[in-house]
Amino acid sequence: MSALQRSFRELLRYPSAIVGLIIIAGLLILSAYTLITIPYREAIRLWRGGEEVWYQNPKNAGPTWFNYFTRRKLSESMILSSKEGLGKTISQDSQGNNRIVISFPIDYSFDTFPLDLSIYFTSVYQDKPPHVSITWLTPDGREIRIGDFSVKRTQTFRLAQDSKLLRRLGGQSPEKGLFAKPNVSPPVPLKGEYELRIEGFTFEPNSDVDAEFVVYGQLHGLAGTDHLRRDLTVALLWGTPVALAFGLLAALGTTITTMVIAAFGVWFGGWVDEIIQRITEINLVLPFLPILIMVSTFYSRSIWVILGVTIVLSIFGGAIKTYRAVFLQVKESPYIEAARAYGASNLRIIFAYLTPRIIPMLIPQLVVLIPSFVFLEASLAVLGLGDPVLPTWGKIINDAQANGALYQGYYYWVLEPAALLIITGLAFAMLGFSLDRIFNPRLRGL
Amino acid sequence: MNQESARLPNPSTAIGGDGRGDRSDAMLLSVQDLHVWFELKRWGFAHAGYVRAVDGVNFDLRQGEAIAIVGESGCGKSSLMKTILGLNRPIKGDILFEGQKLSELRGRSLQWYRSQVGYVQQDPYGALPPFMSVRRILEEPLVINRVKDGEERQARIVKVMEEVKLFPVDDFLTKFPHMLSGGQQQRVVIARSMILNPKLLVADEPVSMLDASVRVEILKLLRGLQESHNLAVIYITHDLSTVRYFSEYIFVMYAGQIVEKARVNDLLRHARHPYTHALLEATSDPDAKNAEVFKEVPPGEPPSLVNPPSGCRFHPRCPHMMKDLCDVQVPPDFEPTPGHFAACWLYR
Repeated sequence: MSALQRSFRELLRYPSAIVGLIIIAGLLILSAYTLITIPYREAIRLWRGGEEVWYQNPKNAGPTWFNYFTRRKLSESMILSSKEGLGKTISQDSQGNNRIVISFPIDYSFDTFPLDLSIYFTSVYQDKPPHVSITWLTPDGREIRIGDFSVKRTQTFRLAQDSKLLRRLGGQSPEKGLFAKPNVSPPVPLKGEYELRIEGFTFEPNSDVDAEFVVYGQLHGLAGTDHLRRDLTVALLWGTPVALAFGLLAALGTTITTMVIAAFGVWFGGWVDEIIQRITEINLVLPFLPILIMVSTFYSRSIWVILGVTIVLSIFGGAIKTYRAVFLQVKESPYIEAARAYGASNLRIIFAYLTPRIIPMLIPQLVVLIPSFVFLEASLAVLGLGDPVLPTWGKIINDAQANGALYQGYYYWVLEPAALLIITGLAFAMLGFSLDRIFNPRLRGL
Repeated sequence: MNQESARLPNPSTAIGGDGRGDRSDAMLLSVQDLHVWFELKRWGFAHAGYVRAVDGVNFDLRQGEAIAIVGESGCGKSSLMKTILGLNRPIKGDILFEGQKLSELRGRSLQWYRSQVGYVQQDPYGALPPFMSVRRILEEPLVINRVKDGEERQARIVKVMEEVKLFPVDDFLTKFPHMLSGGQQQRVVIARSMILNPKLLVADEPVSMLDASVRVEILKLLRGLQESHNLAVIYITHDLSTVRYFSEYIFVMYAGQIVEKARVNDLLRHARHPYTHALLEATSDPDAKNAEVFKEVPPGEPPSLVNPPSGCRFHPRCPHMMKDLCDVQVPPDFEPTPGHFAACWLYR
């Protein structure tokens, strides 16, 4: 125990180890945060739910922090909803009919036009649907009538698809016409306070109407969206615990089992060792990736099945030969002979006398091995063999590649998961190399 | 569990109880016609002969008696020792410990035997697991021999460390082997061999890897332990100069056989076997005269143990070789003077 504490204190002398530890701690905190705030079911709903979950998001929008780095501010997504009571006032006339006024203020300060505009209505009525009239007020005082119609229980009003509005705006599509400075060509957005005013009339006592105005911008959320309007934040966040769990479990599973098997082979020798050696040699010439591809194509693409197959195929890997070489040397040490002389059992010798000698060698290897399994999972996902349900980093890259993200200039779509993969790999590598120096002091001079 | 342990002699009380008084003359260890051969294989499976490491060794050891086994490297003394420790299986012959055949011991009775035999190794650093503290090293034999009570374990560790003079005990308990000097490491090794209160101590060149200044202290310590615990000791060495310190008998081993047995002083003064003469000649004393004297050493090398020479195994190197006798017939043990045995045809 004190030896471990000493190693840890020594670790803090290496700046790279500190940076690595900080990043790993950050990733762990991020994972914990994700698992608490977006539980599994919620993540699956957000990632696989369907149009009704994503309708408010723009397609292929970049992350909002783009604007921090550009002088020309790109339009950001805005969602204004009266359901939470925003800008909604209700008054009653003498006949008992409600007059509902919904007023959305829009502070537009971007240099580009939004991609699209939609109003989603929901209303409550028995027989007579409410009637709405929509007006657009610009900062320079113009008033543009958008439309008058009665609304069904749920109704989507896409401004771009309304031919009357198009004519009223002089042939300009509404997302441009409504925000443009008048009489400037090519059109330039006018910055300032806009207002969308919806006047609704209900004709029944309990009738009500609500509206949700969505301005689809070129930028959306922390991470942007993909071709299905899904928010990439969910996938990036959920990819963290999945990647770490996969890497850690695979690395732990393989190194520990490999070590124990190597120790058993060396200690019992004879045919036990022979069998282990032959299995290892056969396994070493088996192609790893094609087998994984076969399993995921014909059997299951569940991440747990892939994890299991990865561990099983890696157990009898080259490491068994390395460990065996060390164990063969340790087996002949006088202290093992002494342990046999005072009656230590085979299992006790393997676990209390043989394997502790290899732990210093094993810890750095284990840490360096973690990112390689994270990358493996990502590579499989990029090849289209990722888990069909869970959102992971590799799946984002796969989606991006399948939808030509790089041809179309959606760099964020590839670079965000790639950056997280690189950071993860770097953190574990930095920690691993420092650990290697501590546990193998001969490397210190290098 | 309790019933089982009641049937077996309790290792912690065996010495203090009935062991010492009236039974001190009884044979503790009896090695009978012991043959330890290692099989040689060709292509991994075909039999290709044996290495006859130990080939017909007989001797008896009483409680409290110390013997030294002397011989050059490869003469089979280590194989003999490992067989006594139960690490090698003899191909023929047997070892009796307090009348029980070692080959018939199984499970808990074998464990009991192992607790009765302590083992001091040659290389003190290699003999201690580098990742265990001194406390853990000394605790291991107790844990393995089912001393479950933590306080009792602690008490026994402290007691044995005081016996080997590792003071102050508390400072040493938490140390790791690499923090100790060679002499301290060897004291820990001796403490570990003594912690189960054995009746027999097997010491394999316990001082050969130590500084000359520490050797005498360690030998004195072993001598003291032997006397206070009435231990039987098998002291294995190639160095005749350290034998005198605590053994009463010397057995000289050559090519897997014991060629001469005698009391220490008798053997050192009146060596009978030609090989013993050669061995004594080769022992160097720090004497200025030795620089000018050329020592007669028998020509040739130790024989192959796969195909040992016929008759007396020393005959190809022996200056007194008698044709048609030494190279044909195996010499039996002759007794030129009472209590002094030599397997040499010169004394027929």
